[in-house]
Order: sequence, then structure tokens, then C-alpha cells
Amino acid sequence: MTTIAELPPGFADKVLSAQSTFRSVMDAMARPGSVQRIVPMAGAPDTMMRGTAAIALTLFDHDTPLWLDARMAESSDVTKWLKFHTGAPVVQDSSIASFALVSDGGALPSLESFALGTSEYPDRSTTVIIQVDSLSSGRSFELRGPGIDGIATLQASIKPFDLFERLRMNEALFPRGIDVVLVADDAVVAIPRTTRVVSKGS
Amino acid sequence: MNAPAYNFAYLDEQTKRMIRRAILKAIAIPGYQVPFASREMPMPYGWGTGGVQVTAAILGPADVLKVIDQGSDDTTNAISIRKFFAKTAGVATTTATDEATVIQTRHRIPETALRAHQVLVYQVPIPEPLRFLEPRETETRRMHALAEYGLMHVKLYEDIARFGHIATAYAYPVKVNARYVMDPSPTPKFDNPKMDNCPALQLFGAGREKRIYAIPPYTQVVSLDFEDHPFEPYRFNAPCALCGAENSYLDEIVTDDKGGRMFVCSDTDYCEGRQAAGHHGSLSAAPYKEKAQEAANG
Repeated sequence: MTTIAELPPGFADKVLSAQSTFRSVMDAMARPGSVQRIVPMAGAPDTMMRGTAAIALTLFDHDTPLWLDARMAESSDVTKWLKFHTGAPVVQDSSIASFALVSDGGALPSLESFALGTSEYPDRSTTVIIQVDSLSSGRSFELRGPGIDGIATLQASIKPFDLFERLRMNEALFPRGIDVVLVADDAVVAIPRTTRVVSKGS
Repeated sequence: MNAPAYNFAYLDEQTKRMIRRAILKAIAIPGYQVPFASREMPMPYGWGTGGVQVTAAILGPADVLKVIDQGSDDTTNAISIRKFFAKTAGVATTTATDEATVIQTRHRIPETALRAHQVLVYQVPIPEPLRFLEPRETETRRMHALAEYGLMHVKLYEDIARFGHIATAYAYPVKVNARYVMDPSPTPKFDNPKMDNCPALQLFGAGREKRIYAIPPYTQVVSLDFEDHPFEPYRFNAPCALCGAENSYLDEIVTDDKGGRMFVCSDTDYCEGRQAAGHHGSLSAAPYKEKAQEAANG
């Protein structure tokens, strides 16, 4: 039983740490495939990477319903930490979540189960944050789309292995769709719904 | 009790989170207007409250801020907003385009090409390009959902039928990433080509209308036109009277009551930079000539 006093801390400087983290995420979203670093340190409960924790402290609050994957939801440290530091309500129904936190990518549910937005309000969609093994080594993916000058190459070790195949549904859905943020420790890469994979190496 | 009672960059953290989430969705859906809970700011609507809120949400202590109003760093609006952030966020400010990391603008895009580490924040009065054609928000929203932009082409066609050319000179509608028709804010259409494939991130904030939208870097931005009436940027056919520039956007300044006028660069930083580099026009200000002479005399 962890008491609140024993929970890992939030940002030392709430204001400037959130600003710095946001700029990393904004740059990641504006330049899909580019690896951005999250500099500010915050405590992170067990299954949560420090990058994920910083993003949570930066973007989550009482206005953002959260969906947690089984591994996150099982950890009472994670749920307590999120509740104490962000106040974001955790929901069981992933189709109403503003954000989804996924630590076990292999068990990622069908992307259709998340909010895809509507044609009138495509912004009302879930941002899926997936913790991955590496954003510097592994298979290489060639990406194109808005934010990318020509082609961006991402080297990453990602679960689920077929994530980019699954994200192809964004092509037909646009402007509805799923935006994905990949986190590996302090590294972050965003794959907004406009990004397309041109080819995959091994 | 003289400690500043404001948070860093004025806005409270909850508001910043809300705006930041809107910015991320705006970037993910280029050209789509994301509704946001715009706050009252300590300046009137129409003075850039949307741009100010976007700037406040992204600004950090390491940023260097430039604010322009119709290209000028020295007008009331630009000075007020620059001082506002110097005071509430303590950030460094500049008038030099290439030194700035965040540039807030009203109605111009700087002449100096923007670079990848810069963010351009536009102040937007009416974000909905279809608003003057269809006043109902429910209808314009449906039109965007269906990508039904026939009405806008009819409007441009009516320009041609009436005037023989597309008479829209500012806030000239663009299509972003081949999907959303977007209002570029009341920039002169001269600036439209600069938005296309721009290395910098472009963010748009409309405070009164409560919308945020974005153009990610390296994104296709096409000015709407017709095959037989292609888009053409407009510029007065004259060199700048101060720096002699032949390719910058010009303001027309009336100099007397006898029809006298001069044309000068609207972008003051660009114009001053050129004058300092020795370029001059027909009415160059004396101090630059003196400086040039001093330099020549060693």
C-alpha cells in the first residue's frame, strides 16, 4: 500500500517543465518521425517511462478522460500517481478517452476501439501514447506526410510489430483518425494521422 | 506586495494545457479549426488575443520573441504585445527575424525566409473562410466535413465575372494538404506563396472566435484559383523608396495633400537590414547615408 507521501514526485518546476515537455511533443507532432528529447525529470511510477510521466503531467487534467491498458491499470501506483498529480478520470470505455496510455504494445486493442473523432469534429479523437523498446535502433521506417521534408527515416523497435499497418486506416478515415505518440525512456516520436509509411526495411 | 501576481506568460497552467492540447490536434489535422476555450486577455478582442494565447502556451524562457503588426515591429500593437511577454514571461525580444524563435504576427509574413526552428503565430480575426458566404456555423462545419467548397469557387468566379480578375487581395483562401480550405488571416495575397512548404511551424489563433489551427512545416498550401485565372500575388510596381527592394511587399504612404506618395517595405526589419547593408532607395533617410559615408571615410 503506497501512501501519497510515498508516490513518485511530479515536476520540480511545474510551469517551466510542462512548457519544455510540451515543446518537445509539439516539435514531435510537427515533424513526424523526428526523435525529440524530453528534458525535465519527474518521478514515474513503476510501469511508466519518464517520458510518459512528463507528458502526463503536461497534458492531462480533469478535462481529459484516460484509458489505461491492462498493465498500467493493474498497477495501483500508476493509477494513484495519475489521480494525485493530474486528476484525470480513468475510464473503461476507450471510445471516450482523450488519451490512452499503453505500456504493453503487444496487447494494443484494435485502433477502432478508440475515439476517431467525427467528420465535423475530427479533433475529438484519442491520442494513443505507446511505450516502445527503442526509438534509435531496430527496423527502419520511411515516412512521408505534412511536417516531413521529403522522407523521414525512423529507426524503432516497436510493439505491436504491425503498428504502421494498423495505422493505414488513417488514410481512409481522414480527417478522422488516431494520432500516436511513441515514447522510449526520454525519447518521443509522434505519428499524427497524416503520416504515411512508404517503405519498411528490416 | 509588489511581487508579480501572474503565472509565467500570464495564463494559468490549466488554460495552457487546454490550449496545448488544441495545438497538438491542430497540427495533426492541418488547416482544420480546433475549437478552444478562449480566455479573456488583458487587451481587447481584435488586438491579437488569439495569437497572444497561442504564444503564451508555447513560450519558454529560452525563446526569443518578435512581434510584428502589418510587417512593422514599431506599431502600438506590436510593441504592446512584445512588452506584455517581456514583462509576464521575462523572455528576450528582438526585431530581427533571423534571431527570433517565436514570431507573432498580425497580417504579414516576414520577407526573410523562415527556418525550421522558428514558430510563426498568426493573429486571426475571422478564422472561418466560408463565414461571409454562409453565416451558420452548423453549415460551414458540415461543408468542411464534406470538403464541399463549391461556394468559395463561386465567390472567386463572381470576382472574375464582375471585375475580370480575382479581386480578393488579402485573406485569400488556401487549401491545406489538399483537404481543408483555410483562411490565412488577413495577410496580403503576396504572402500566400510563403506558406507553402515552409520549414517553420505556423500556428493560428482566433481569440474572439475561439479557434486554433495550424500548418505543419513542409506542408502543401495552395491558393485557390482557376486554370484560366491562375493565382497571382500582387505588389505595387515600384522599388522601396528607402531600401530599393524590388521584391518586397510595399506600403503606400501619402506624403502631402498634392498627391505625393512613397512606397516603402511593409517589413521594417527587412528594410532596415537592407539599408544597413548599404542598399538605398530614392528617399533614403539621411542617417544611413551619413553612416555609409563614415564607413567609407574609415
